[in-house]
Amino acid sequence: MIQADLTLILPELVLALFAMAALIFAVYAGKDKLAAPILWLTAGLMAVLAAWIGITGEGSRTAFGGMFIDDGFARFAKITILLSAGAVLVMGQEFMARRDMLRFEYPILVALSAVGMMMMVSAGDLMALYMGLELQSLALYVVAAMRRDSVRSTEAGLKYFVLGALSSGLLLYGASLVYGYAGTTLFTGIIAAAGEGQAPIGLLLGLIFVMSGLAFKVSAVPFHMWTPDVYEGSPTPVTAFFATAPKMAAMGLFARVLHDAFGGVSADWSQVLALLSLLSMFLGAVAAIGQTNIKRLMAYSSIAHMGYALMGLAAGTAFGVQAMLVYMAIYVTMNVGTFGFILTMERDGQPVTDISALNQYATRAPGKALAMLILLFSLAGVPPLVGFFGKLYVLRAAYEAGLAWLAVAGVIASVIGAFYYLRIVYFMYFGEEGEGLDRSRASVPAGFLMASAAVMLFGVVNLFGIEGLAQAAAAALVN
Amino acid sequence: MDNLLSIVTFIPALAALILAVFLRGEDEAAQMNAKWVALLATALTFLVSLFILAQFDPADTGFQMVEERAWLLGLQYKMGVDGISVLFVMLTTFIMPLTIYASWGVTTRVKEYMIAFLVLETLMLGVFMALDLVLFYLFFEAGLIPMFLIIGIWGGKERIYASFKFFLYTFLGSVLMLVAMVGMFSDAGTTDMVQLLNHQFGSETFSLAGIQIVGGMQTLLFLAFFASFAVKMPMWPVHTWLPDAHVQAPTAGSVVLAAILLKMGGYGFLRFSLPMFPVASDLLAPLVFWMSAIAIVYTSLVAMVQEDMKKLIAYSSVAHMGYVTMGIFAANQQGIDGAIFQMLSHGFISGALFLCVGVIYDRMHTREIDAYGGLVNRMPAYALIFMFFTMANVGLPGTSGFIGEFLTLMGIFQVNTWVALFATSGVILSAAYALWLYRRVAFGALIKESLKTIEDMTGREKAIFAPLVAMTLILGVYPALVTDIIGPSVEALIGNYETALVDAGASAKVAASH
Repeated sequence: MIQADLTLILPELVLALFAMAALIFAVYAGKDKLAAPILWLTAGLMAVLAAWIGITGEGSRTAFGGMFIDDGFARFAKITILLSAGAVLVMGQEFMARRDMLRFEYPILVALSAVGMMMMVSAGDLMALYMGLELQSLALYVVAAMRRDSVRSTEAGLKYFVLGALSSGLLLYGASLVYGYAGTTLFTGIIAAAGEGQAPIGLLLGLIFVMSGLAFKVSAVPFHMWTPDVYEGSPTPVTAFFATAPKMAAMGLFARVLHDAFGGVSADWSQVLALLSLLSMFLGAVAAIGQTNIKRLMAYSSIAHMGYALMGLAAGTAFGVQAMLVYMAIYVTMNVGTFGFILTMERDGQPVTDISALNQYATRAPGKALAMLILLFSLAGVPPLVGFFGKLYVLRAAYEAGLAWLAVAGVIASVIGAFYYLRIVYFMYFGEEGEGLDRSRASVPAGFLMASAAVMLFGVVNLFGIEGLAQAAAAALVN
Repeated sequence: MDNLLSIVTFIPALAALILAVFLRGEDEAAQMNAKWVALLATALTFLVSLFILAQFDPADTGFQMVEERAWLLGLQYKMGVDGISVLFVMLTTFIMPLTIYASWGVTTRVKEYMIAFLVLETLMLGVFMALDLVLFYLFFEAGLIPMFLIIGIWGGKERIYASFKFFLYTFLGSVLMLVAMVGMFSDAGTTDMVQLLNHQFGSETFSLAGIQIVGGMQTLLFLAFFASFAVKMPMWPVHTWLPDAHVQAPTAGSVVLAAILLKMGGYGFLRFSLPMFPVASDLLAPLVFWMSAIAIVYTSLVAMVQEDMKKLIAYSSVAHMGYVTMGIFAANQQGIDGAIFQMLSHGFISGALFLCVGVIYDRMHTREIDAYGGLVNRMPAYALIFMFFTMANVGLPGTSGFIGEFLTLMGIFQVNTWVALFATSGVILSAAYALWLYRRVAFGALIKESLKTIEDMTGREKAIFAPLVAMTLILGVYPALVTDIIGPSVEALIGNYETALVDAGASAKVAASH
């Protein structure tokens, strides 16, 4: 029995053991000199694990008495998490190395947080959920404050930690309520206790607290305040990481809890999600207009995007989950490319984050400007780019679930949001000649930028087949 | 050739890709290469598109040359043309080589300029051929990107404001259409436009948030599509983006905008609003009539006081589009024939007028009407051509402008005489502003110092105008060329429309009697 259980969590085990082994090894041999090899090794391992999960995974199985679930949904999320985490690691290596920030702990912490995320999307129990969430969050708090000598970075880490602890508290409190009313922490037990349609009021109260805690992790309004500050203060490669894998993991966890533990009372949580989604879309769109720092701008952009992903989830149907998964996969790909671009923004060797520095960028680097143009229009959801199809999926899910008003609100928010993406295009293409950026030598981030833009452009043919995968994943979760 | 339509659609895109990948450098030779590649590609597109016209059978009212391939999310890649769309395809392929040739004087970022126009052509052709809702939306909406860049990069002084206004205005209109499309998808279970044309959307009155919605689902869908097409058309009062966009866009951009992009709105009304939501169209037709009548009178008056030539022509475009919307929703043979005819003829005439402005703008770098006067003395050929298109714009019999106006007025007269009365007064007003513009620019003594050395049109410029003059004249004296092609399809459209209305009326009566 225990052997079967351990086989099931082998990918997580391998990554965790690797992280610990690397930590011990690096402490005794060479420390930061080994940072780069460890980073490459971690990224490589992540890619291998993603391939492994993709190839060998089949069916739906549970381990440890239902605390750990391995199904199509978990695998879809894990592959996205591992690939994006690996990509972000590789992308930021040069940036950090040149600024003397590349500590050997960085890849190890990222690997540990990836273990936490994998745990999150596979959780079948409130305890497992909390363990995964905390493992992920603690690692993230530390990497946010990676630059100990920078006030902003430490501030970001501290803010993230304090607010994160608060949200964990909310979540724990909710979990305890749920436990009190359901008598078990297992999702299978909770769903039985919640019943169909009419759940005990205490259980619903617990659900609301759990959802608040999770909304903080996906940075949905009104739990979003930390996002812009943390995005701005953290070193750019770390910001890139924040914007991708943890968002996927938190969304996956959200879907997991709502459908596995509270699937019977979807009418109750659907309206809460609809409200979160509405607020996130509008606040994300409106607040980004005034930003001049591209990292803060991306923070608000991610808040808005989370609103759209939540719209899919709010539908409460299998198609809604599928729409959310497709949306998140597209979102993560776009963000990897966009942060690849931000990593190349520098002047005199110093990173630049002010968008007015992009003035007339298109005349200096037409290729990169074009790739960024494609990504920006994709983020805005303009066809024929893939970002549009993400929106189409969630709109359809919302409409078919009777949330037509949310769909209408969503498209109006997307028009407001289009403005600030266009503003970056404006600087790059129409702006005045000014003090520009250096000709960047960073080829790896530029490569990711180009690849991501190409995906956005050519994905229109068939979305590279993720539609079918997401459908299978959603079917595994919702039944 | 089974995939003729796809070939025509994607030749320009292919040329754009070739330019993007293979052309390097910004020197004179590279610029000339970019221009020639673009010109040859658009000319080739036109030549190949002639096969579409040759293969097209006007007697067949269904879709022809249909291509179909499965796509994601249950959508499909489906292309086809019928009597309503085929001439718009031809208009696009015909105008594009002329605009490229008219851009010979561009010197900044020539490669990107040509790529933007080539991509735009692919997207515009796609709009007229798409037979899948989402595919249509994709082409319709994607056209904003190149146009945004064309106005923003190569435009005039206020280009930033104009480009943002253009993009956000039209984007807001179309996203509502997107939601409506999602609604149609879930109602009918398909995005295939051929099947949707035969699908009856619910028209029972229901109440939404306490408001009685007469015409039910159809009214809501109609209004969502209307938001998009009315902005694109543009109809009063959502036309304000057009003068800004026109004035700031480079000459070729204005030509494409006026000649082709505006026609997408009218095409949308004919393809979606009228046949798919007949009950709502019938219900809301009076609204459209009055909006059109106001557009015709009001924008003609506004045109009269303009000091900028391009702005004047832009307002005159809005007025002329008023005839089109009026004709479409009159929903009779004359009205719709006239509307399509008016759109095609406006494509040639307004395109040519913007080119006329471009000719003198290239020489004097101003569009102020006051900066000119007496051009006939030094530019006789120009004065002749400008006069010809001014007259065509006014609707002089013998030019294509007359046929379109006359038919639409005849169509509306059968439905609503008051609207017809107001609309007809627009004919007089258009003569007033157009002739007055012409007088101020071309006639009088040549007293301005700056104009003393102005040169007449070059051979290249004359070559651009020749086909436009020919088309305007031919269609003016022999309109059957167009009406024979569109006639049967329009007849079928009206037949279906009336049957649907009768059916809906019958079912409403049954419901009332129960």
